[in-house]
Amino acid sequence: MALLEVRNLEVKFPLRQGELTALRDVSFSLDPGERLGIVGESGAGKSVAAFAILNLIGRPGYIAGGQVLFEGRDLSRLSATELRHIRGNRISMIFQDPMMTLNPVLTIGTQMIESLQAHRAISYTEARTLAIEKLRTVSIPSPDARIDQYPHELSGGMRQRVVIAIALLTDPTIIIADEPTTALDVTIQAEIMELLLALCENFSVALILITHDLGVVAQVTQRAIVMYAGRIVEEGATRSIIDSARHPYTQGLINALPERTRPGERLNQIPGLMPSLLDIPAGCAFHPRCPHTLTVCRFEVPDYSGSAQRRVACHWAGAHGEVL
Amino acid sequence: MLAFFVHRLGQALVVMFVISLLSFSIQDNLGDPLRELVGQSVSEAERQQLREAMGLNDPFVNQYGRFLKKALQGDLGDSYFFKRPALGVILEKLPATLELVLGATLIILLLSVPVGVYCAINPRSWFSKLMMGVSIVGISIPVFLTAIMLIYLFSIHLGWLPSFGRGETLLIWGGYETGLLTADGLRHLLLPSIALSSIMLPLFIRLIRSEMMEVLEQEYIRFAWARGLKRQRIWFLHALKNTLLPVITVGGVQIGTMIAYTILTERVFQWPGMGFLFLEAVNRVDTPLIIAYLIVVGLIFVVTNTLVDLIYGLVNPTVRLTRGNA
Ligand SMILES: Nc1ncnc2c1ncn2[C@@H]1O[C@H](COP(=O)(O)OP(=O)(O)OP(=O)(O)O)[C@@H](O)[C@H]1O
Ligand SMILES: [Mg+2]
Repeated sequence: MALLEVRNLEVKFPLRQGELTALRDVSFSLDPGERLGIVGESGAGKSVAAFAILNLIGRPGYIAGGQVLFEGRDLSRLSATELRHIRGNRISMIFQDPMMTLNPVLTIGTQMIESLQAHRAISYTEARTLAIEKLRTVSIPSPDARIDQYPHELSGGMRQRVVIAIALLTDPTIIIADEPTTALDVTIQAEIMELLLALCENFSVALILITHDLGVVAQVTQRAIVMYAGRIVEEGATRSIIDSARHPYTQGLINALPERTRPGERLNQIPGLMPSLLDIPAGCAFHPRCPHTLTVCRFEVPDYSGSAQRRVACHWAGAHGEVL
Repeated sequence: MLAFFVHRLGQALVVMFVISLLSFSIQDNLGDPLRELVGQSVSEAERQQLREAMGLNDPFVNQYGRFLKKALQGDLGDSYFFKRPALGVILEKLPATLELVLGATLIILLLSVPVGVYCAINPRSWFSKLMMGVSIVGISIPVFLTAIMLIYLFSIHLGWLPSFGRGETLLIWGGYETGLLTADGLRHLLLPSIALSSIMLPLFIRLIRSEMMEVLEQEYIRFAWARGLKRQRIWFLHALKNTLLPVITVGGVQIGTMIAYTILTERVFQWPGMGFLFLEAVNRVDTPLIIAYLIVVGLIFVVTNTLVDLIYGLVNPTVRLTRGNA
């Protein structure tokens, strides 16, 4: 049985301009200890998908359909208390910007200890010892002094280490990291990513890594999902996706990688912009930007072809497919 | 910390200097003090003589220098009407005003925080909507009207509460006249405090509500939810602490402003405080008393603002008082 199974998830935002469908028919699963990447351009719905797993979608969004099964239990059927004991305890999150994630008026220690005490019957002293230990695990120098500092006294990289330490505090089975390095200095991005990877491997924690960056996905994850305009367009083993992308969108993302561009040349960006989710083109949402548009693409939303392990939603790939 | 105090003291001195200069210079515009001091029957020659003797004909700078020198020794001149040191007359009335402000402040604090927080957490409940409506009305009704309505309802119609004066008071600490220690004094304090708080209370409720709603949208609150913290802890520690920071700054200044509203409230409730005395002093063109009032009020302003900054620095770890710009 998969550790986490997302089935046909649909998320909507009733807005003044109309109802926005941020996720449609999103299904994927995660095995224990597995590392899954979710890639896609800004606005593709990656963060919404992450928050939907923990039922933490920002107002006015709501889950309009589908299920999230964690260890076989449907999270939407849990009581508030049961759900609370999954959040931050069994499934931890790491947010994008460590400058905004920690409460500015509480010390790091307070925020770590409360995280532990929210889920365990544990004394303050014990919790503090554990917290210091975790700060050491994420290589924060002199943790027993740092623990009494406020977030603003730490650099961005240090703060993200603290956030990672908080995520690890309760020995979760899954960590969801939503662009954990985008807000950081380029020089420390790799450092933090390596730390996260090493920790997930050492403690065999499953990881859902959300990012724009296919390069990072290739480095860290075993399986990847590509999202476009609220829908999964391709899924497969990370190697297979990088080496033989089927969907023109994925191919575009790979061509845009800096490694694929000769020095001095412009990046091969995919022309055009992702449509607003309020106004998704009929047929395949990607067709206005697609180099291979067929007539059917304009009218019919492509179904998935291939297997559950390696699937793609594309008429062109389906027609030109070597067997997946 | 020391640097902060030195910095604040410097600011306070500048503010007090300006207040003293302003209050001193209005004295020429308030009419002829001699008319109040002596009767109509005194001849013009005698008046001139008296003016000369009192130094009223000296250049402004000389008069001000003399005034400042005495002021620094706590001598703001004798009240023309009471024929006693003006400062003493004012300070006798200080407790009444302070207790009125204290009463109003307590009402504001005890009500605005829970109501504001509730409205922020449940913005769509009928109670929140009611409060938002009521508070708009509350802000727009002038204090004296609220006061009169309160008197009509609770004193005249229902007969529950007294409508004027301080009631029974006690002298403590060798001269501080308090009404807080007798049941009668407290009963007298109630209506004036409510009236005085009637503008600030709705203002504070709205302020706390909007600040808190903004805080609740912050990333760190979302992270707190994602960490599985109990909602009480998220609301009343994580969110409230961040909400109160801006509220302290705005609120501190507002409580200073409340001193000004006491003039009206004291007038309507015949509350024997500084504001009431000030109005009388204006009617009598009792210049030393007016100046003494302005200076004491200025001093209260400066002190409250310093206290507010201190508290802000204590609550907000990102402000270091030592930088002096707190
Ligand atoms: N609170 C909200 N209110 C209204 N619309 C929202 C809200 N949150 C998300 N959306 C909509 O959902 C879409 C997907 O947002 P999401 O944050 O998941 O994108 P993303 O893929 O994470 O992008 P990024 O890479 O920029 O983080 C957005 O285009 C936005 O229109
Ligand atoms: Mg995002």
